[in-house]
Amino acid sequence: MNLLVDGLLKALAMLRSGDNEIITIATLTAKVSLTSIFFSTLLGLPLGMVLGLSKFKGRRLLLTFINLGMGLPPVVAGLWITLLLWRSGPLGQFSLLYTPTAIIMAQFIVSLPIIVGLTCSTFQQISDKLLLQIKALGATRTQTLFILLKETKIGIFAAIIAGLGRIIAEVGAAMMVGGNIQGDTRILTTSIVMEVSKGNFDIALALSFILMSAAFLITGSITFLQQRKRNA
Amino acid sequence: MNTLLKLNEVKLQIEKKIILNIPDLQIVQGEFLGVMGPNGAGKSTLLKLLAFLECHSSGVLSYLGKELSASTISLETRRKFSIALQQSLLLDGTVFQNIALGLKLRKVPKKEIKKKVDYWMETFKISHLAQKNALTLSGGEAQRVNLARAMAVGPDILFLDEPFSALDFPTKIKLMEDFKHIAAKSNTTTVFVSHDLAEIRYLTTTLAIMLDGQIKQSGLTSDVLEHPNLDTASFLNEWKKFY
Repeated sequence: MNLLVDGLLKALAMLRSGDNEIITIATLTAKVSLTSIFFSTLLGLPLGMVLGLSKFKGRRLLLTFINLGMGLPPVVAGLWITLLLWRSGPLGQFSLLYTPTAIIMAQFIVSLPIIVGLTCSTFQQISDKLLLQIKALGATRTQTLFILLKETKIGIFAAIIAGLGRIIAEVGAAMMVGGNIQGDTRILTTSIVMEVSKGNFDIALALSFILMSAAFLITGSITFLQQRKRNA
Repeated sequence: MNTLLKLNEVKLQIEKKIILNIPDLQIVQGEFLGVMGPNGAGKSTLLKLLAFLECHSSGVLSYLGKELSASTISLETRRKFSIALQQSLLLDGTVFQNIALGLKLRKVPKKEIKKKVDYWMETFKISHLAQKNALTLSGGEAQRVNLARAMAVGPDILFLDEPFSALDFPTKIKLMEDFKHIAAKSNTTTVFVSHDLAEIRYLTTTLAIMLDGQIKQSGLTSDVLEHPNLDTASFLNEWKKFY
């Protein structure tokens, strides 16, 4: 219990003192997390919509891979990205390994299946009769998609929150592809792992409180958007 | 009278099964056509076909003399039809927004939308619900919104697929009374699908009886009901036991 209180007090002290390193780490964490969720939403949402609304050969197999991807171990994603970005790998010429971009790529890989899978489930639940009614009202395909997006906003925001949750919790891949380099690729989760390995449990706890507070702020904002106009 | 829709040897076939077989059917302006038949007779499929929401397999389906199908119809022509289904299928938003939706999709100016929506809310006696979330309405209220939404776009033909069947009896009677008055006043050509003889008798002027994907008898509602032919007699007589 004392350790928890100490950790909380340390977190407050770190924030109050404006510790440069903490600010750098927290800022980078927010930057990579928001960038990855942005790109995985940008690609995952339309992919999930198409998978949920259309029927084509190979759809089930594709869905099986996406569902498998929802449980993809981050270290596996990290390993793939590492091999891809390794000097002799296909993208080696871009020297992206151990950069924030590599972390974004890994987080994108682990969150994309979640967003695609959950968006697909949401869209599959739309009844054929509703689609017929929207078409009969004179909607074009684009108008139909916008109406459906509005109708399914709770499910879509849930998918984004779940994807973000995966990103925030992710550490294995970030460690592998980012390298936890001070001032460059160190993010809150990798810092926590490092502090625990050094035996600095109070600092690790303090960092975990900062991470959870940031996560609360971001997730809270998305939840607010999701639940807007609903009572309680 | 001006023929709006005309079907000639229209068939709908899925794999090897013929779902619909309509040798001849015409819908003329101002007509209130009832399509009656038991469950699975093909009434709703016919309605979707007439509203160009489902493609026919063969034959000629024409609107105002022009041969069309669900795959070739232009958006502009499709927007001349409107449909209200058994379930109200309202969207998350206010009653006003729901009724305005079809007009908004047609990019009607905001001022005109307000005028039209206000008119139809008043006509269907739901003005007091304007700002209420449509998903919180009772069954009867929701169906009034559904009908108002369908009428607000000023369709050439209104298609109704059992819009009263899920309502309790007093609510149904009240809404049917109001709707009959509204339909007569607006003179909107209407195709009304139902399996309920009382609804058909009360609302429609002409009637087509469908059995097994075919229209077995059609004509003035009173004539069809008074003088059923050999094909329709047993179906209609079952109903007449209760009315």
